[in-house]
Amino acid sequence: MQAEIAMAGTARILRAGLFGGMLYVLLGGSAGAFTAYVSNEKSNTVSVIDTDKFQVAKTIKVGQRPRGILLTKDGKFLLVAVGDDDTIQMIDTTTHQIVANLPSGPDPELFTQDPTGKILYVANEDANTVTIIDLEKRVPLGEVQVGVEPEGMGISPDGKILVNTSETTNMAHFIDTATRQIVANVLVDARPRFAEFKRDGSEVWVSSEVGGTVSIIDPAKHTVTKKITFDIPGLRKEAIQPVGISLTKDGKTGFVALGPANRVAVLNGETHEVQKYLLVGQRVWQMAFTPDEKYLLTTNGVSNDVSVIDVASLKVIKSIQVGELPWGVAISQQ
Amino acid sequence: MIRVLLAGALLLAWTAASADPAEIKLGYLRRTEPKTRLSLTDIPADNNGIAGAQLALDDNNTTGKFLNQRFSLEEVRLGDNDDAAAAALALADRGVSLVLADLPADALLKAADAGRSRDLVFFNVGAVDDRLREENCRANVVHTAPTRSMLADALAQYLVWKQWRRWFLVVGSHPEDKLYADALRRAAKRFGARIVQEKVFEDTGGARRTDSGVVQIQRQLPVFTQGAPAYDVLIAADESDVFAPYLPYRTWDPRPVAGSAGLIPTSWDASHDQWGAVQLQERFAKKFSRPMTARDMQAWSAARMIGESASRTRSTDAKAMFDFLRSPDFALAAFKGQRLTLRDWNLQLRQPILLTDGRMIVSVSPQEGFQHQFSELDTLGFDRPETKCKLK
Repeated sequence: MQAEIAMAGTARILRAGLFGGMLYVLLGGSAGAFTAYVSNEKSNTVSVIDTDKFQVAKTIKVGQRPRGILLTKDGKFLLVAVGDDDTIQMIDTTTHQIVANLPSGPDPELFTQDPTGKILYVANEDANTVTIIDLEKRVPLGEVQVGVEPEGMGISPDGKILVNTSETTNMAHFIDTATRQIVANVLVDARPRFAEFKRDGSEVWVSSEVGGTVSIIDPAKHTVTKKITFDIPGLRKEAIQPVGISLTKDGKTGFVALGPANRVAVLNGETHEVQKYLLVGQRVWQMAFTPDEKYLLTTNGVSNDVSVIDVASLKVIKSIQVGELPWGVAISQQ
Repeated sequence: MIRVLLAGALLLAWTAASADPAEIKLGYLRRTEPKTRLSLTDIPADNNGIAGAQLALDDNNTTGKFLNQRFSLEEVRLGDNDDAAAAALALADRGVSLVLADLPADALLKAADAGRSRDLVFFNVGAVDDRLREENCRANVVHTAPTRSMLADALAQYLVWKQWRRWFLVVGSHPEDKLYADALRRAAKRFGARIVQEKVFEDTGGARRTDSGVVQIQRQLPVFTQGAPAYDVLIAADESDVFAPYLPYRTWDPRPVAGSAGLIPTSWDASHDQWGAVQLQERFAKKFSRPMTARDMQAWSAARMIGESASRTRSTDAKAMFDFLRSPDFALAAFKGQRLTLRDWNLQLRQPILLTDGRMIVSVSPQEGFQHQFSELDTLGFDRPETKCKLK
């Protein structure tokens, strides 16, 4: 009996492997289809996009005001912060059913997970705290008191340092994840919204939406080593509002979403010089790479679409209509 | 060796002493506000204004924890016959160098001029008078309250965008009503609207509330607005709150009302929820159990400007902080969708103006299409080329 099951299992794997191989050949070696998930803040839905066809394949209904969105490391669950319902919903990526509501604390917006995928760190804007959640047991582990209106969350590649930005205090708080204590506070420009580590851990990039800049922070010395400004001819300074940041794995290229400037800035990751501005949809918020880094997807809040950037040619190749006021995006690794 | 040890001990002592947070004392100077309002829901709370400053102090102190800075606020409430200048000097005696002032224009000027000898810096959180930023401007007064001209321009831009260009203007009989009417006439001219009729509503006195109710009002207001030439919108200039709230739904012609009632231009409204404002609204409501008003926001902005300059300069020195506020590096995030900065020619805080119907934000000015070579926010109010201000 046992042997039979094992046999059947093997056969299934073999068949899947063969089929996958055939598909690969048929498509002439094109990028595998990944799945992108886009949170639509107004519609209370998540659009599921097939990145092969760049089409919406399905729409999932979620709670009130979905914004921050992330896939668990094993790819089994999609996590969506539904701020007005004061929870993070856990959605099974196969069945698209909501399987749990995580104890995120009030009004969750952005969150991140440690490299093992076991712990979730959530910014609670209303409570001036960062909530720490055990993802397996789905219980809160503790809180860290930070500045006023915590928002951006970035974690170091080794998981030892969490960076949280607070929008009214205007700081990047460096938190030791082992002791859960703040080890440094770095002042940045007004309304810092997003923090992203380079993969080699050498830099943290923090965007300041109202200040209009991106601060490059040395995570060892806790100092701002460079401040990037953006100058787009014909556009008033107030319209340039940096939000989302995406850095390539090799750290050579950085992308910064500039909000109502309707553009994504492309930066040299090493010299931090702006190389190009890509015109995307209106009010660009967040971005995510496909795992092969061939494409970067951006959510455009006002034009209700997602722009697809071809990373090699630095061109916007497509836009995809999604739900109302798209905000966050996460892409599967498989 | 002994000397080294001693130096070490001194250094230790110094470090221990510096562990006490550096204190920044703010003063809040105000006159008791009259509480007569036509609408019960408009009656200001006793802590109107200062509550905003107190909330900003909480915010500043949360940030201050990380920078070893502490902020405190001392309230001074003036009676009708109390001298604002003496009160300002008394605050200086108690170690205050930054004063939030919610005072009428003349009292503010007296306090500011007296405070100059003590290097006091004032933040005008209440007075909307243009003259305080123009011919009577002062080098030691920052203004977070918008001006009448900014409010009028914000409203006019929207009405013109809406193609409601023919205005019926009704002006109250008090001096401040006339000043608001001046600002509205100027706005009409600037943005291409036309005042087709103007009427004065005399304040004949009398109680705001009566047992007989609004029976007469319902008869009087249609008659008062009867016989106007064709118009698109009725605009009321009634800062004294004598008649404007009676106008909506009672005009002879079925027309919308704007200005002091109906669609109202303001620096803040409890219904504003864009650009993260919900967080501030909720923090405020939780602490004070009431909605946040424009006056609260103006005081919040002033206290946050001080907090911002203290954290940027890492200083508690009022002069260093004031220098920072006047530098190009200063920007305030205040839930208005863009950075707020100071007009360097008169120290007025640039700010978008909300247009509210009392329940919702209808629009936010400046409106799209009103261009400016420096900042679109400078399409609101008197601009640099036309200013009469010489800061000294």
